[in-house]
Amino acid sequence: MSKLIIAAAILLALLHQDFWWWNDVEPIILGMPIGLAYHVLFSLLAGGLWLLAIRYAWPHKLEEWAEGQTQHNVDEDSKTTED
Amino acid sequence: MAILSQAAPGETSLVSLWVLIVYLGFLLGLGVISGRLFRGTSKDYFVASHSIGPFMLFMSIFGTTMTGFALVGSSGKAFGLGIGVYGLMASWSGLIHSAVFFIIGIRLWAFGKRLGFVTQIQFFRERFDSKELGYLLFPILVMLVIPYLLVGVISAMKVVQPITAGMFPETFPHASKALSGGIPPWLSGLVICGVVLFYVFKGGIRSAAFAHTFQTMVFMVTGLIAFLMISNSDKLGGSVASATEFVSQHAGEKLTRGGLGQLHFLTYLFIPLSVAMFPHLFQHWLTAKSAKTFKLTVIAHPICIAIVWVPCVLIGVWASGLHEAGVLKMPLLPDGSPAENTALAMMVKQLVSSELLSGLLMAGILAAIMSSLDSQFMCLGTMFTNDIVVSIAGPNRFSDRQLVSISRWFIVGIVVVSYGLALALQKSSVFDLGIWCFTGFASLFPLVFAALYWKRVTKAGAFASILTTLGVWLYFFYQDIILEVSGKAEYLVAEMMPVTFIFLASTVSLVAVSLATRPPAASTVDRFFPTAE
Repeated sequence: MSKLIIAAAILLALLHQDFWWWNDVEPIILGMPIGLAYHVLFSLLAGGLWLLAIRYAWPHKLEEWAEGQTQHNVDEDSKTTED
Repeated sequence: MAILSQAAPGETSLVSLWVLIVYLGFLLGLGVISGRLFRGTSKDYFVASHSIGPFMLFMSIFGTTMTGFALVGSSGKAFGLGIGVYGLMASWSGLIHSAVFFIIGIRLWAFGKRLGFVTQIQFFRERFDSKELGYLLFPILVMLVIPYLLVGVISAMKVVQPITAGMFPETFPHASKALSGGIPPWLSGLVICGVVLFYVFKGGIRSAAFAHTFQTMVFMVTGLIAFLMISNSDKLGGSVASATEFVSQHAGEKLTRGGLGQLHFLTYLFIPLSVAMFPHLFQHWLTAKSAKTFKLTVIAHPICIAIVWVPCVLIGVWASGLHEAGVLKMPLLPDGSPAENTALAMMVKQLVSSELLSGLLMAGILAAIMSSLDSQFMCLGTMFTNDIVVSIAGPNRFSDRQLVSISRWFIVGIVVVSYGLALALQKSSVFDLGIWCFTGFASLFPLVFAALYWKRVTKAGAFASILTTLGVWLYFFYQDIILEVSGKAEYLVAEMMPVTFIFLASTVSLVAVSLATRPPAASTVDRFFPTAE
């Protein structure tokens, strides 16, 4: 799944270079010229992509390792408890 | 307030200034409250005891990345360049910032949590088994953070003067009618620096996180109000569509990307990689309570960037159309060209009729600026204390309380230096200053990426990458800023952003020198590449 997310991110990066309407103003969408409206849509798609990444490519093992009970984390926890 | 809003004929109402004063007073109060929550330990001052939840983390990170550059710089650049500014920075940032938070931020948080790092330099020192690497990196990071600080302070100066113009004509006269009687830059910069210093001084990073959460909400809401008020202005026809139509008649080229080259547009992709090396973001990442805390940040960041940047870019483009049509008056630079950095402030001043709203909008813009300044001040204090003082004097030389005190007084020094530099450089382009800062940080991206994902990277490779970045960055910076080889136009190399070449040089030197030198010790590799993964 992580590979699909990486492929989708690369595809999205390629779609950023929208040379096909570089000098066009129209169509006007929601009052914005096409060159701006397209990139607003791009931003929304980026949010969608990272939603999928969180859902399907979350680093569970790294998270478990970080939360593991090392001496440092034991000290941290006891300090927080004392507070 | 009602009395204050009724100015005598010919005088400018002080209502908007009072709104700003009340807002700044509220921030001072927030500093006092968060100061009471401060636990007194250096860990709490520097990383809030790893206790920040998802919403505050998102607000902190988003507020930190949305600076004067995003509001004042973007609208000013759109005034000159048109809608292409959104694609250059905002849409690339939406994709790349979140990618960096996901692949770099969470991993660095994990090392910080597990191994107890407080600063970026501590991580690099341990990762490369080299104390000297920290001494090399510290001045470079400081050198790159300071222009970023200046972007904030200069932006604040640029916003307050036009909006308060006419309030004090005898006390603050100015040759330009558009600025005469406005609060002068030296005073607005002094007040903003003072307020930020106060709440950072009181409560450290926790205080900054509280202020961010509040200020990010303020600047997003007021930004939308500004956008609605300006787009409803009769001068633009009363709607977004009519405003766009107005611009097409007077400055149609600003609605396309005709002024931008394809390679220029493409190579801006390197700039948002800078967030991977921002020391102030690193510090915010470490405040996270858990890895899950990052989820909201990763998803919401691209959408919130759009919410902030679209209005700013449109306001800049509309300002350009109004200026061309002779409707919007802009202060002029010595060479006779309009001062682009003032585009947003001039639109608020001349198109928003309500003084109360003008004041709220001014507070909103300053909120965005201050919510970055505080993090930058904090991170410099944290780095100095942990990476220089503790490193040289040893971990037991100073008490926890003394370390907090050292950090606080170093921050005071940085604020004074930044204020002085901002006064000296106040005519500089906010956008261009920001881009040079981002270029430096982005060119160090290969270093952090390799440190996290490439077992074979070596200490010598890290030194080579940092020194190469420094050398090539200084060369291009000298060409652009000192020699001004491109004049007023953006400095490009073979039609590409200079960051492309610095990034490439940094990567090549890192890989080549690492492969040519002895691999790192197995114990180091094992420590940073846990088998559990």
